[in-house]
Amino acid sequence: MNSLLPTFLQIPGLLMVFGALLVPLLPHAIRQIWMLAIIAVSVWLCWGIAPGVHMTTQLAGLDLILVRADAITRPFALFFHIAAALNVIYAMHENVRTTATAGLAYAGAAIAALFAGDFITLFIYWELTAFTSVFLILISRSERSFAAAMRYLLMQVSSGVILLAGAVILWHSGQGLNVQALDASTLAGGLILLAFGIKAAFPFVNGWLQDAYPEASVTGTVMLSAFTTKLAIYMLALCFAGTEILIWIGAVMTLFPVFFAVIENDLRRVLTFSLNSQLGFMVVGVGIGSELAINGTVSHAFASTIYKALLFMSMGAVLHRTGTAKASELGGLWKRMPLTMIFCIIGAVSISSFPLFSGFVTKSLTIGSVAKEGYFVVWMILIFASVGALENSGLKIPYFSFFGRDRKFEVKEAPLSMLIAMAIAAGLCIAIGVAPQLLYGILPYAVEYNAWEAGHVLGEMQLLLFAILAFAFLVARGLYPPQIDSTVLNTDWLLRRLLPRLTMAIARPILSVWFTALQHAKKLVMDGLYIGERASQQTGLVSGVASTGAAAGIFLAVFALLLILLFSM
Amino acid sequence: MMHHLPILQVIVPLLAAPLIALLRGREIAWLATFIVTGVTFVISLLLYYQVSESGARLVYDLGGWAAPLGIVYVIDAASALVLPIVTGIGFVVTLAARHLVTAEIDQRDHALFFTAWLLTIAGMLGQVTTGDAFNIFVFLEISSLSAYALVAMGAGRDRRALPAAFNYLILGTVGATFYVIGLGLLYMLTGTLNLDDLAVRLADIEQTRAAYMAMAFIALGLFLKMALFPLHFWLVPAYSFAPSAVAALMAATATKVSVYVLVRLMFGVFGIGFVGISEGLGTVLLTLGIIGAFVGTLAAIIETDLKKLFAQSSIAQLGYMAIGIGIMTPAGLAAAFIHLFNHALMKGALFLAIGVIGAQTGRATMRTIEGAGRQIPMTMTAILFGGLALIGVPLTAGFISKLYLIRALLESDFWVLAGLTFVSSALALAYVWKIVEAAWLKPRPEGAPDLYETPMMWLPAWLLVIATIGFGIFASPLINGAVQAAAVFFGGQS
Repeated sequence: MNSLLPTFLQIPGLLMVFGALLVPLLPHAIRQIWMLAIIAVSVWLCWGIAPGVHMTTQLAGLDLILVRADAITRPFALFFHIAAALNVIYAMHENVRTTATAGLAYAGAAIAALFAGDFITLFIYWELTAFTSVFLILISRSERSFAAAMRYLLMQVSSGVILLAGAVILWHSGQGLNVQALDASTLAGGLILLAFGIKAAFPFVNGWLQDAYPEASVTGTVMLSAFTTKLAIYMLALCFAGTEILIWIGAVMTLFPVFFAVIENDLRRVLTFSLNSQLGFMVVGVGIGSELAINGTVSHAFASTIYKALLFMSMGAVLHRTGTAKASELGGLWKRMPLTMIFCIIGAVSISSFPLFSGFVTKSLTIGSVAKEGYFVVWMILIFASVGALENSGLKIPYFSFFGRDRKFEVKEAPLSMLIAMAIAAGLCIAIGVAPQLLYGILPYAVEYNAWEAGHVLGEMQLLLFAILAFAFLVARGLYPPQIDSTVLNTDWLLRRLLPRLTMAIARPILSVWFTALQHAKKLVMDGLYIGERASQQTGLVSGVASTGAAAGIFLAVFALLLILLFSM
Repeated sequence: MMHHLPILQVIVPLLAAPLIALLRGREIAWLATFIVTGVTFVISLLLYYQVSESGARLVYDLGGWAAPLGIVYVIDAASALVLPIVTGIGFVVTLAARHLVTAEIDQRDHALFFTAWLLTIAGMLGQVTTGDAFNIFVFLEISSLSAYALVAMGAGRDRRALPAAFNYLILGTVGATFYVIGLGLLYMLTGTLNLDDLAVRLADIEQTRAAYMAMAFIALGLFLKMALFPLHFWLVPAYSFAPSAVAALMAATATKVSVYVLVRLMFGVFGIGFVGISEGLGTVLLTLGIIGAFVGTLAAIIETDLKKLFAQSSIAQLGYMAIGIGIMTPAGLAAAFIHLFNHALMKGALFLAIGVIGAQTGRATMRTIEGAGRQIPMTMTAILFGGLALIGVPLTAGFISKLYLIRALLESDFWVLAGLTFVSSALALAYVWKIVEAAWLKPRPEGAPDLYETPMMWLPAWLLVIATIGFGIFASPLINGAVQAAAVFFGGQS
């Protein structure tokens, strides 16, 4: 590593965290150069780290591993840096110090976490990502975003605390604190899996993702979409590769957000559901755990971060110009924002796995590994979820924002900085799609998979073309409702005509269970506080105030008990 | 000179106290006290250095009379660890006392205030250094009597200080009496009061009823002095109505010294082999400790007066120390010593910072600190850091405490207790968050008086905050010290 930098700055990511401290002090133009320069230096540092342990320290009698790399670390570090740089470029038009500072520190913390070699170090960065990223949500400065930010923080911090508890138990059981392959059926392994699962938005602990991300600022959402969840996927791949239950968790995860995305009206929230579904593919890959599957997870994480960021960026540009991201209020923007439209469509076809775009060459690795291991049901679910991705992100997003009913928005094209960032992301999507060996070259294992096999291309094209045909048929027949009631959650044809009851039948019991549980928990806490409050007004055990006589009486009672205990032995 | 350090540690503040009573100048009494506490701090550091260098215990024969006939002062790894925390806190709190006392105490009483102040410190130091059981009682009474007077001095601002002091006086005297009754029984059994000698002679006659009674009396007297739940009723009113400087000094040191004396008597005299210790006392301490941890934390959550809030939190923290002792292993005792040390730092910082607010508004409550984060940022940040340390957030000393406590519990297979300890310390987040919300997230109410701070006001609290963070990051000297201190009491065991 570079000897010019002090030791602690040689820890990957910390350069960005500490560099972020300077960000609020710099004027606008210099700040942009500074941030890009720091990211450039940081990526150069990370690229030079070969797999193995590089830096250790002692803290309070614990052996901590500050820098350690694995076979899959390099690709993750690379696309984290790419995402960080894209975020900086995307946000260049705005002069908001909080977002810039928090965004850079957040990316730095996530990168540092990739290199953490033990669970205590990981815990520190794990919480640091939470505490830096929450500012990206708070920056919206509304009641709604404040509440969402607090719920987000609660989940993130809980995840860290559960991780710490798992680590302590692991340490006590004599397995050491190093990041290692864990058994999910032990208590320590189970807790750590839960901690990772919260950040990876596993089913039932996914609420924070859809809750908080759309409440962030235009640029904040783009920053958030890249790091936290991918970090969790990375840790899952390190610790739980080949854990079978993850295959099923992942399968459920790919599937259920599809239904929620269908009934959602806020297009940025649609994207978060779709993001959740994409994460499911990666979790399935981790669960399979074969070389092919891990390759699939890593490459899919890489590609999906880029195309997901591209989609969030395009919706952010729309929100920035029009002030809304609701499907029911948008439409016909293609005349006003043609470049944004093109970039959005590139993102959309990438996530839909069109040949020659990035999703095609990465998603198929995971699906291929599932088929190879013989999980037929899971394979079916993943195919269905792919169609869901096409419907939600591939068709719904561009259709409702840029086409559909023309709302006659008098807006300009997106700012230049946003266009540049989107152009770079779109270029990456196409580059990976056209020349997959670029991506395959940095994967942990050699790739013997040929995405261009005739059967795969034909199968994929069939799937896509028939889905589009169905979509076109429904639009032509007017089954796609031309006007959408903005007071209802986004209503589209699938819900209205075909699956009206099924979706709500799934969603309603879950919601009501959570609602009831929350009501009861709140009542319990309020009752407890009420009793406590009354007690504190008067004298008693809780208030710590008693008359001298009563206190002396208690003293004697304790003395009597102590004597009874002693003499009964 | 170096040879006389053990006695100088006690005699310097003890003799300086009556001299300061004669001083009448406005600043001179404070300055003299400040210098004396500084000197005692240096002495304690020298003692710590001597003991940790040589690894041997220093024994000082008073008047040249050797033990067991004469009274001896003994400095070993355990007392050398507790002395610097008492003198160090005393030094920093005296620094802060300059503005706190000016704000809260009638100027005519300053000299008398500092006299009682030094007597309290001298009494605490005496309890730690002496190797004689009756001498402990004498110093216990010296420090307690002057502490009652100090608490009563809060009456200038709030008359409720008087009943609080009276309550404290009665209960404290009951506790001290129980201690001395137990001591009488021991003297009857063994004919000696020297701690080492007691330990040797008790080994022959230990399992008698009289020995059990002696242990029960002594233990209960000290439980009361260390404010172990449910014998903590003197603590909350005494701390909350005492002058701010007194609250800071006592919260940080007084109960800690009692914890030390309990360990010294129970482990150093009766010994771990004594059945009443190994089976009776451990259970009692673990049970009362965990209940105290929950009751204290929950009471702190609903409390709105900051002094009372942190006094309640002290009940919880003393519960953790009781748990550490109750585990009855070297690791547990070391954890108790670590927490004793760290908690003194955190609580000292918190009460000093609260004193800055209390000196201006009379009482520091949730209402008076609304929006205060912008007006007195340094003070409120000190409270935040102290609170984070109480929760046990990593990179603060509190984390080290909780880590070693939970580790010691797990080593002895107290799984449920470890979980409960974890939960109760996580609950501390609630009352710390309550303060953060009031101080930073709420605007300053209309018509609320403006608060101000000067570096002299926040510096003492920050010294302790920095120490809290310092010992949270560079914890190994403290951990080594605590492990050695624990080894003093388990030396005989193999």
